[in-house]
Amino acid sequence: MHVNNEKYAAVEEKNTEISRSLFFLNRKANFWRLTPFLVAALILIPVVVLFSSFLMPTDDVWRHLVETTLSSLLINTFWLSVGVVAGTSLFGVSLAWLTAIYEFPGSRFFSWALLLPLAIPAYVTAFVVLGLFDYTGPVQTALRAWLGSELTWFPDLYGRGGVTVVMILAFYPYVYLMARNAFLTQGKRLLEVAQSLGLNHKQGFFKVALPMARPWIAGGIMLTLMETLADFGTVVVFNYDTFTTAIYKAWFGMFSLPAASQLASLLIILVFALIIIEQQFRARMRFAEMKRSSRADRIVLTGWKARAATCFPASVLFFAFVLPVLQLGSWAAHSLIQSLDQRYLEFLLHSVLLSAIATLITCFVAILLVYAVRLYSDTFTRIAVRIATIGYALPGAVLAVGIFIPLAWLDNQLNEWMLMLFQIETGLLIQGTIGVMLIAYMIRFLAVGHYPIDSSMQRITRSIDEAALGFGLTGWAMLRSIHLPMLKTGIFTAATLVFVDVMKEMPITLMTRPFGWDTLAVRIFSLTSEGEWQQAALPAVTLVLAGLIPIILLMRQTDK
Amino acid sequence: MFKLFSIKRFYIITCCFISLLTVNVVQAEQVVVYSARIEELIKPMFDAFTRETGIQVKFTTDKEGALLARLKAEGKKTPADVLITADAGNLWEAAREGLLKSISSPILEANIPAHLRDPQGQWFGLSIRARTIIYNTQKVKPSELSTYEDLADPKWKGRLCLRTSKKVYNQSLVAMMIAEHGEAEAERIVKGWVDNLATEPLSDDTRALEFVAAGRCDVTLVNTYYYGRLIVSNPNLPLAVYWPNQKNSGVHVNISGAGVTQFSKNEHSAIKLLEFLSSQKAQNLFADVNMEYPANPQIKPSNVVAAWGEFKQNPMNLVKAGELQTAAIKLMDRAGYR
Repeated sequence: MHVNNEKYAAVEEKNTEISRSLFFLNRKANFWRLTPFLVAALILIPVVVLFSSFLMPTDDVWRHLVETTLSSLLINTFWLSVGVVAGTSLFGVSLAWLTAIYEFPGSRFFSWALLLPLAIPAYVTAFVVLGLFDYTGPVQTALRAWLGSELTWFPDLYGRGGVTVVMILAFYPYVYLMARNAFLTQGKRLLEVAQSLGLNHKQGFFKVALPMARPWIAGGIMLTLMETLADFGTVVVFNYDTFTTAIYKAWFGMFSLPAASQLASLLIILVFALIIIEQQFRARMRFAEMKRSSRADRIVLTGWKARAATCFPASVLFFAFVLPVLQLGSWAAHSLIQSLDQRYLEFLLHSVLLSAIATLITCFVAILLVYAVRLYSDTFTRIAVRIATIGYALPGAVLAVGIFIPLAWLDNQLNEWMLMLFQIETGLLIQGTIGVMLIAYMIRFLAVGHYPIDSSMQRITRSIDEAALGFGLTGWAMLRSIHLPMLKTGIFTAATLVFVDVMKEMPITLMTRPFGWDTLAVRIFSLTSEGEWQQAALPAVTLVLAGLIPIILLMRQTDK
Repeated sequence: MFKLFSIKRFYIITCCFISLLTVNVVQAEQVVVYSARIEELIKPMFDAFTRETGIQVKFTTDKEGALLARLKAEGKKTPADVLITADAGNLWEAAREGLLKSISSPILEANIPAHLRDPQGQWFGLSIRARTIIYNTQKVKPSELSTYEDLADPKWKGRLCLRTSKKVYNQSLVAMMIAEHGEAEAERIVKGWVDNLATEPLSDDTRALEFVAAGRCDVTLVNTYYYGRLIVSNPNLPLAVYWPNQKNSGVHVNISGAGVTQFSKNEHSAIKLLEFLSSQKAQNLFADVNMEYPANPQIKPSNVVAAWGEFKQNPMNLVKAGELQTAAIKLMDRAGYR
């Protein structure tokens, strides 16, 4: 397990040091060497577009921000991030530990059901929670009627607490899924080892299992953090002002796309710094996978412990999934007759098709990146891979523009060349094609594909690679016959997350979709943008149901 | 299962999706519309237009900011002929960035009142969105109400609910107040509103209405169609419309409107579409689908809407809403109106 071969690492470090300095001259610069840089270059295009905004005037948007709202925005963003990270870690890790190690009434059900909230967009959960629990909602109304007085003690949902709780409910599955994979692969045997060393369950968890699951948990937390920083939909529902709110205000309100891009650039720098820090943490450790534990290995809980163990996931699931879906369902039932037509089949088809293809592409690229780092883990390559995952940290609409601007430029250039060379007026060829959408999704969601696969790869011991090399397996052959089978869980996890995320995605879909290619998410956008939340319930429910398919498939794969 | 990720498979998949790439073929008689007004609220009129003229309408919807960025990036080669938005500020911005073309159409000039269109003919209002006072009938007597400005009076302390200042409707309203009173006075009024708030600003108009109906506050400012939707689905709510500023400037109105894009390749058809949308045939459809007011003063609003009574509009040109929007946002930030 915890192979910490300092000597080996030192030699390797030296080797890569040399190869790094020669890298750009090296004639053996092969496919695996180049891939991370090519992907990073692709992702850097929109980032460069955003950074180029610093060359443009922004009037006095900055001064205004600094003088008025900036400090409170930063404080808000900080506490929201801290709260969401703490909450998702707590919920994600504890639930994962519970379902991976113990057997209790419903444990089998909860192990997959706890992923269901992934399928609900966070802003939908936000709207439902507010609808149910704020002043005019049924809960407070009933309580007022019952108690006959104003509820001065009722928590203010519009403060920091409300939005944090909703985001925790929406995002904890990222951490849960990743941590669970870690605990499953460690299994009960690890606990037994810990016990044989005289540790009890609690100590075994904190001293052995938790540290060993770190790359996975850290990956899940990074995803949560990036999602929190980039979120606009949820904070808007709560009218909670964050850094992202300022980005949108500068753009949509003050008509200053340059100022918005500059703010977004700062967000990129921040997230990149966090990524590097996280990586430094991780780089010092090496991990190796053990055989997956089977169900029979689990510790059976009885009595009050079993009941408590059932109650915890049940209540999380109730608030994060059952309640929102019930509310959506009842709204959808109202609008079912008037808005259900054959177009829904089309929306559904588009959503599923786009998500499926985007998932294939994203996971494929993620595997290439992870494997490339495996082969050449010099600093440049690692940084290139990290750059490649930055798209997830950007507010969707900002990234969409960053992708669209160079694309339209390229399209215009192409048209010029064709006109010059062949006297053909091509119009805009590339934009408005499915291909563009898929690439844009890949740029956005590469992080989601990358983290699960990367953590899986880190747990494969290096000695396996050496053995494979001994058999003459290199490059593709080694990837296919050695690593892919061992990355199975990571790949399925990545695929599920990407699929569900693409399906929920709005800004890129809106901006790059070809005419007539409306999806369920586009439908939800349309209705909610005019405040028709009840009407939006039908496409939202459909989206949730479609998102369940990959989640259930995933669970079948990992939970045998 | 893992063969799925082999190179050969990848090539096949790549080929498949490349074959999905479709070339935008330019057809003879069609208009391409970029719309920030949602499909439900434009498609019926487009269908009617196609039936009448045989011209096809192709459209895509997105947020205003994204559509503007898109038009700008596409430049001369943009496929779009018409831009539709749900407010005046964004049309003004599109015009400022040179994305719209000045057109002169006697029909549009006759159908649309001067204050609801750009003096240079770059954009035209097609429906009116009136932002007015809604009050709780059990807690407020109409005689207590008078103007938007009066809601800053301390007598409304703890009785006012407002939607967030991030919504363009409030930005336009404050911009028009700056145009009328000057910045210092407008800021004093907005500060007064903030002091009178019963609760933090809310995320949408419907929620503000529900708060008034539930008695959390007594008055709010909303676009009338939100009130319409709510009252149609729940007629017993203790809510009523009050038309403010009838003795002076008039009710603040915004528009849903359209303009022809600078690089439109079907300018003739595009103008035809705008003219059609301003005509008798389309105006009722355009306004009624969302319980808005027709921009063409010769057309009566729907019965439900007409029942709320007639009112005097603020006749100041909506260009001001665009010009002063940034100033309005800064003012609201300074006043602590979130």
